[in-house]
Amino acid sequence: MSERILLRSGRLIDPPTGRDEVTDILIVDGTIHTIQRSITPGPEDKVVDLTGKIVAPGLIDIHVHLREPGYEHKETIETGTLSAAYGGFTAVCCMPNTNPAIDDESIVTFITTQGKKAHDGIVDVYPIASVSKAREGKTLAPIAELVHAGAVGLSDDGAPVFDAKLMRRALEYATMYKVPVMQHCEIPELAHGGVMNEGKVSTELGLPGIPGIAEEIMIARDLLLAEYTNSRYHVCHMSTAAAVDLVRQGKKKGISVTCEVTPHHFTVTDELVRSYDTNTKMNPPLRTQKDVDAIKEGLKDGTIDVIATDHAPHSLDEKEVDYIQAPFGIVGLETAIGLTVTELVKPGHLTLRQMIEKFSTNPRAIIGKPVTVAAGERANLSFIDPEAQWTVNIAAFRSKSKNSPFNGKVLTGKASGIYNHGKLMLY
Amino acid sequence: MALTSRHLLRLQGMPKDDITKILDTAISFKEILNRPIKKVPTLQGKTIVNLFFENSTRTRTSFELAERRLSADVLSFAASSSSVTKGETLKDTARNIEAMKIDMVVIRHNAAGTADFLSKVINANVINAGDGQHEHPTQGLLDMYTLREKFGSLEGLHVCIVGDVLHSRVARSNIFGLQTMGAKVSVCGPATLLPRGIEQLGVDVYHHIDDVLPKVDALNVLRIQMEREAGGYFPSLREFHRYFGVTKERLDRAGKPITILHPGPINRDVELSADVADGPHSVILEQVLNGVAIRMAVLYLLGASE
Repeated sequence: MSERILLRSGRLIDPPTGRDEVTDILIVDGTIHTIQRSITPGPEDKVVDLTGKIVAPGLIDIHVHLREPGYEHKETIETGTLSAAYGGFTAVCCMPNTNPAIDDESIVTFITTQGKKAHDGIVDVYPIASVSKAREGKTLAPIAELVHAGAVGLSDDGAPVFDAKLMRRALEYATMYKVPVMQHCEIPELAHGGVMNEGKVSTELGLPGIPGIAEEIMIARDLLLAEYTNSRYHVCHMSTAAAVDLVRQGKKKGISVTCEVTPHHFTVTDELVRSYDTNTKMNPPLRTQKDVDAIKEGLKDGTIDVIATDHAPHSLDEKEVDYIQAPFGIVGLETAIGLTVTELVKPGHLTLRQMIEKFSTNPRAIIGKPVTVAAGERANLSFIDPEAQWTVNIAAFRSKSKNSPFNGKVLTGKASGIYNHGKLMLY
Repeated sequence: MALTSRHLLRLQGMPKDDITKILDTAISFKEILNRPIKKVPTLQGKTIVNLFFENSTRTRTSFELAERRLSADVLSFAASSSSVTKGETLKDTARNIEAMKIDMVVIRHNAAGTADFLSKVINANVINAGDGQHEHPTQGLLDMYTLREKFGSLEGLHVCIVGDVLHSRVARSNIFGLQTMGAKVSVCGPATLLPRGIEQLGVDVYHHIDDVLPKVDALNVLRIQMEREAGGYFPSLREFHRYFGVTKERLDRAGKPITILHPGPINRDVELSADVADGPHSVILEQVLNGVAIRMAVLYLLGASE
């Protein structure tokens, strides 16, 4: 007896096939059977009305901290994937700054196994393994073993691969296994001790600054290394205008570079730090309006490939300390769609199709897990209500942590469900 | 009578009327301090806690004296004896204080924003006695009081802040307060010790002290922390003294009397030579007395706002 689900009257936007139309979709046993304007439901079909909703190829967040193993008081694979599901994601890439770090195939296996157990595995968990052993930046992690165990990218995120020789070797070695090296761009000596963007606001607040050049110098160096080694390089959570321009120039030169930005970096500026709210503390820090404008421009012109959240859960106790002591990072999975529709789609910076490219097509291409919505394909879908008005309420977050500066913010656009591996969730 | 805010967290954005009110009120408290019996019953029955998470003998003594002169009940916590070192969060510490029904809290902390934070989580009046590199509003007020006493008005006065502006909360409070009162503020120091974007605060920036001396009425000379040399902000204390130290020889070359302020404690012959610190234009000891009067005025005005 096969399981049949009929998705009715949703607007299918599938960048890989170029489709953008209101249509019915029949899924049989987890595979897309028919896409047609109007399908008459059979007696056994479960019918889901998606009028007014968007049906997209499954969204992915390629920059998430699931905190397991090691920091289960902040988040677990179980809570993090539920948070992702409610944010409209059918997949996440989890960063290796766990304890122990993801620098051994057993840890990759552990994470993917836990991911398959959580919520019937509706959210795919793809580990990003560390570039260096224990993320210490000294010697290469066992990259081939890690990739064969299931890692889809390499990063020492949370810290940069500082040593230029190690970075060169990592880029060269990763090329053999077709995985990107995803760099947390920061010159440690320039960023050291800083807690917010260096500029007028940090000067007024008396908080130590992190200058934009700490990020930009690292990107400039890495672009030269990527060009020299002819390898694939990905810039994590880019935050400054000059960084956007460096990547733009790199792409023009034909360097194989991709990059991501977070929703908070295109939504708010360092002015928000005036509250001394530790939920405005993240790394890279919130920058200036000029940087926000440049990021929007970079998203529009295609320089910026991906929107990723840098979902970084921390417990209330850890954040409820003074600004300097507080850890960097905010949760992002459940506000990503809302912030993107509100800040980018509604004002006309991005079309819905471009938004889906940056949440699905492009990031999936970077890690080699493409999804398209076509007959015969496994159904991997996200449903979005682009007109839903809602108020962010941290108490309702599925994430174990509530560290968001957007509590109380009114947003337009919300995930209304996902479908993956034959399982359906609707909110 | 009362101020527009229940707390004193910063001078940035404080209305001119409020600053004037504090400076005016301090005049009568200074008179009291010069009487044989220096105590008034103004805050009788009020309990004030001095929460000093960072060492500061001077500021703490000045606050305690001001509180006792106003007849308040006074409790002082020092970081070493408090549970902060045991990992208690600031919020927990604050809640415990709150549970003891304290009326006012004076806080000194090594992180910017802690006074703001405290004011959001407790009901007592909060007075910032210095938060990290952010502000030290009572120091700014006592500096302005001292200058106003000397010059009659702050309007049109030109004050230069000399030295380590980057790490200085005194500098920030002086810049914001003096500008509100119509004074012109300049800063002078090594480029490595001036924070980025300082010129956007409306101050003139100098790197050669001899260039600014002929233009100013007063210098507020900041304490140079000895660890800045080790931090690599300048090559040596000797070089700092040679190029940024305020010396009698330099002041004589300026050809006019320049009033000298210093928030203390002084590193003699580093940022300030001994003969200048003890010289006829130094108002450093006046600042100390005025500090008590200013703190009495602040405590009184915030207490009166209840």
